[in-house]
Amino acid sequence: METTKKTYTRVDPPEGVAGAGYFATTLDRVIGLARKNSIWPLPFATSCCGIEFMATMGAHYDLARFGSERLSFSPRQADLLMVMGTIAKKMGPVVQQVYVQMAEPRWVIAVGACAASGGIFDTYSVLQGIDRVVPVDVYVPGCPPRPEQIIDGFMRVQDLAATESLRRRYSEEYKALLRSYGIFTTDQQDTM
Amino acid sequence: MTDQPLTDLLRNRFAAGILVVENTSDMTTVTVSKEIIHDVIMYLHESPETGFGFLTTLCGIHYPDQPLPFGVIYHLHNMEKNIRIRVKTFLPADNLHIPTVTDLFSGANWMERETYDFYGILFDGHPNLIRILNVEYLDYFPMRKEYPLEDPTREDKDNRFFGR
Repeated sequence: METTKKTYTRVDPPEGVAGAGYFATTLDRVIGLARKNSIWPLPFATSCCGIEFMATMGAHYDLARFGSERLSFSPRQADLLMVMGTIAKKMGPVVQQVYVQMAEPRWVIAVGACAASGGIFDTYSVLQGIDRVVPVDVYVPGCPPRPEQIIDGFMRVQDLAATESLRRRYSEEYKALLRSYGIFTTDQQDTM
Repeated sequence: MTDQPLTDLLRNRFAAGILVVENTSDMTTVTVSKEIIHDVIMYLHESPETGFGFLTTLCGIHYPDQPLPFGVIYHLHNMEKNIRIRVKTFLPADNLHIPTVTDLFSGANWMERETYDFYGILFDGHPNLIRILNVEYLDYFPMRKEYPLEDPTREDKDNRFFGR
């Protein structure tokens, strides 16, 4: 029986100074590396984009390759909120509540035209994009997007996670962003 | 073809209250005045001669150009004889009150709430007449033909990108 040799690639180390027996880099980069490759997604799937996400999670496309094999159906342990599908205005507060229940750092992807902009549902009952209730990091276009597109959007979130400063979530700009959505963090409530 | 024995029963009992008898979409349709709508539904439901035991659906409608613009439409089904009937009644725009039929059919509860939700028709005697599908804070009745089809509050959609 002939055996074929497979070459495996591993995650490269971040930028740093390497020498005999040591490697020095910044804490930001080490944490970013760890976060980037262990993002636990919370799927908020309401319609056809959710079906594409199921394909994305399946063996063929296999989102687990990116360190995301563990879906977190509890927002408490989730890092990434993936909103896939039409969000009715009545569902808007639910999306926001799920987002608020997630621990920092947290990211959001709007998958598909409906989550990004309301899509074809330009009507009284549909939220015209989830960025009206929560801040969105990455928008994936498509109606519905193919799994490759969802993976591409996911990799953009990985880029954000890898390069994000550890101070960002404490910055005044970030707090102001959350306040503009009516979301208040605990330390903000203390000072108010 | 209208169901002659059935419409005769209704005409004999309610006389002038039966405004129009017609056949639309292979279904006997009677239009009745608002004052007798509850009596007509009760008669169709409870009389052994008619025996319509099942309320298939109940909905609202809006014809803005009619003198009586708002309508409520009931579909009833006699399961034993497999006969259906459609009952319509129309209301003036300044008085959207109509008696509830939840005392006859419990299933009418949510249908009447939906009709209120989308058309603002007020069902007197309904146990819980609040919105059922739309957000609670909606301050209009969206299925009335008074509003643009698209969300008028939108700010993010530029007409140039939609060929308008």
